[in-house]
Amino acid sequence: MKNIFKRYNMVAFIFLAAGSVIMLFPFIWMVLSAFKTSADVYTYPPRWIPSTFNFRNFNEVFAKIPFWRFYLNSIFISVTQTVIQIVLSVTAAYALSKLIFPGREKVFVFIQSSMFIPAVVTMIPLFLLVSSLKLVDTYAGIIFPQIFSAFTTILIYSFFVGIPNDLLDAARIDGCGYYSMLWKVMIPNSVTAISTATLFAFLTHWRSYTWPLIVTNRTELRTLPIGLKYLVQETSSEYQLMMAASLMAIIPVLLVYIFTEKQFVRSLTLTGLKS
Amino acid sequence: MSGKFILKGREYEKAQTLAAAVFLLPTVIVLFFLFVLPVVQVVYISFTNWSLITNVKDFVGIKNFEYLFSDKKFGTAIVNTFTYSVFKLSCDIVLSLFVAVLLDSVIPFKRILRTIYFAPVVVPIVASSLIWIWFYDPGIGPFNQILAALGISKLQWLYHESTSLLSIGLFSVWKGLGYNIVLFLAGLQSIPLSYEEAARIDGAKSSQVFFKVKLPLLSPILSFVVMIGIINSFKVFTEINVMTPNGGPLNSTMLLVVYIYEQAFKNGRMGRGSAAALILFVIIFLLTIVQKQISRKTVHYD
Repeated sequence: MKNIFKRYNMVAFIFLAAGSVIMLFPFIWMVLSAFKTSADVYTYPPRWIPSTFNFRNFNEVFAKIPFWRFYLNSIFISVTQTVIQIVLSVTAAYALSKLIFPGREKVFVFIQSSMFIPAVVTMIPLFLLVSSLKLVDTYAGIIFPQIFSAFTTILIYSFFVGIPNDLLDAARIDGCGYYSMLWKVMIPNSVTAISTATLFAFLTHWRSYTWPLIVTNRTELRTLPIGLKYLVQETSSEYQLMMAASLMAIIPVLLVYIFTEKQFVRSLTLTGLKS
Repeated sequence: MSGKFILKGREYEKAQTLAAAVFLLPTVIVLFFLFVLPVVQVVYISFTNWSLITNVKDFVGIKNFEYLFSDKKFGTAIVNTFTYSVFKLSCDIVLSLFVAVLLDSVIPFKRILRTIYFAPVVVPIVASSLIWIWFYDPGIGPFNQILAALGISKLQWLYHESTSLLSIGLFSVWKGLGYNIVLFLAGLQSIPLSYEEAARIDGAKSSQVFFKVKLPLLSPILSFVVMIGIINSFKVFTEINVMTPNGGPLNSTMLLVVYIYEQAFKNGRMGRGSAAALILFVIIFLLTIVQKQISRKTVHYD
């Protein structure tokens, strides 16, 4: 016991442990409350632990809103956006990092500068564009404005730069062209980087709120975040239902995050510290 | 041997240039439609009375800007945005730096603790907002229960103009803390241990090691965190739209993006919305420049 106290800074640990309880408290509250009955919620003083664990709230959420539809919408939209975004980023990053052509720096600065335009500035013209193309309330309208990220491109670019040119030259001697080089050398050598970027992009799209809110009116097209927002109005503060719905929306994200935390944090610090 | 990946002489190779064009063209086209065109358009629209309701779009000069500067609600939105930003940024930086320093010391369960602190960042904001709406419920919310247990009088939280912005701010701090912690932690871990040892040998106390050695070395990251923090706090929308629809009690949570959203997508006033969006952009731009100037004088790059 004495050794532990010597080896570790226990004061720091106690502070951090207390803080982590505060950070986790909302999630603990959510999980417990998803199983509460409305009687548990509205008794005073309110119960912290549900009197019985029942799954009725989940069924009631499914009965009140087309939850699976929202789920499928979110999956379809996020996956499509992520795939397009990664393809654009990988190809652009390859050209910028390994190909030599006139105006390379200018293109790089052009891509980089898009990072400094807040989404709210382009939101109105994009909405008008989407509505003039009659794409309001369509999947295309939701997907299109969110298919590019300078962050992702620069993240992948910074990995590509690190791939030695000798490797590319060797591949060229073996008869590899500029196009197959991407498949045969660049991508196989940066699988972790690309998968991290993919994960990052997916979680960003999964959370996306403002644009889908603006561009959808029909219930069938709502994504999970938009569906959750309307649940507040439609259930008129039946908190236990809100918690059941939140829990179902959060669990997949949290699972993915817990298993990939290391790569996730690494890519975050990389983009953060490089720019 | 042609086609080397290192440029020799001044000749660009045709095949390589063509390949680059093929790979970059999709991105450039997408960027044109998603950034270049909208930025030009938003400037144009801000000088028109474009309205979705009455279906007019005539050029009106600077009338939208005159309207905004005489609109009390817009003034409120600017003041609220700055208040929110200062609150969020100062809490965020102090707390995240504190936690990062603790996480940098020798402690058990380091990975798990870092995972916990970062978790709120990855969770969809709407989902976590729903939890906090309940926390803030004046009647049956746990926050008021805790206050009552401590013998402090209850608050109306989101439902009173004096506390609504604070409530949003507290949520945002909880939600965003992990992001800065991770950045600061990476910065602290990159400081060589020998620096601290050298300072200790010279008789420096822990607090001196932090303020005299570590903090100056962290300054590039600190400067980055401040910049991102400013930009992000000016863009906040989701939690406000979920927790206090319609700008909160007496417009107390009316922030700039909420104002823009209301003008453009509730009132259909695209001209006014665009003008407000431009002003937001100019504010962010100016703040970034000011911040860069300050950090140029104080940041140590080593």
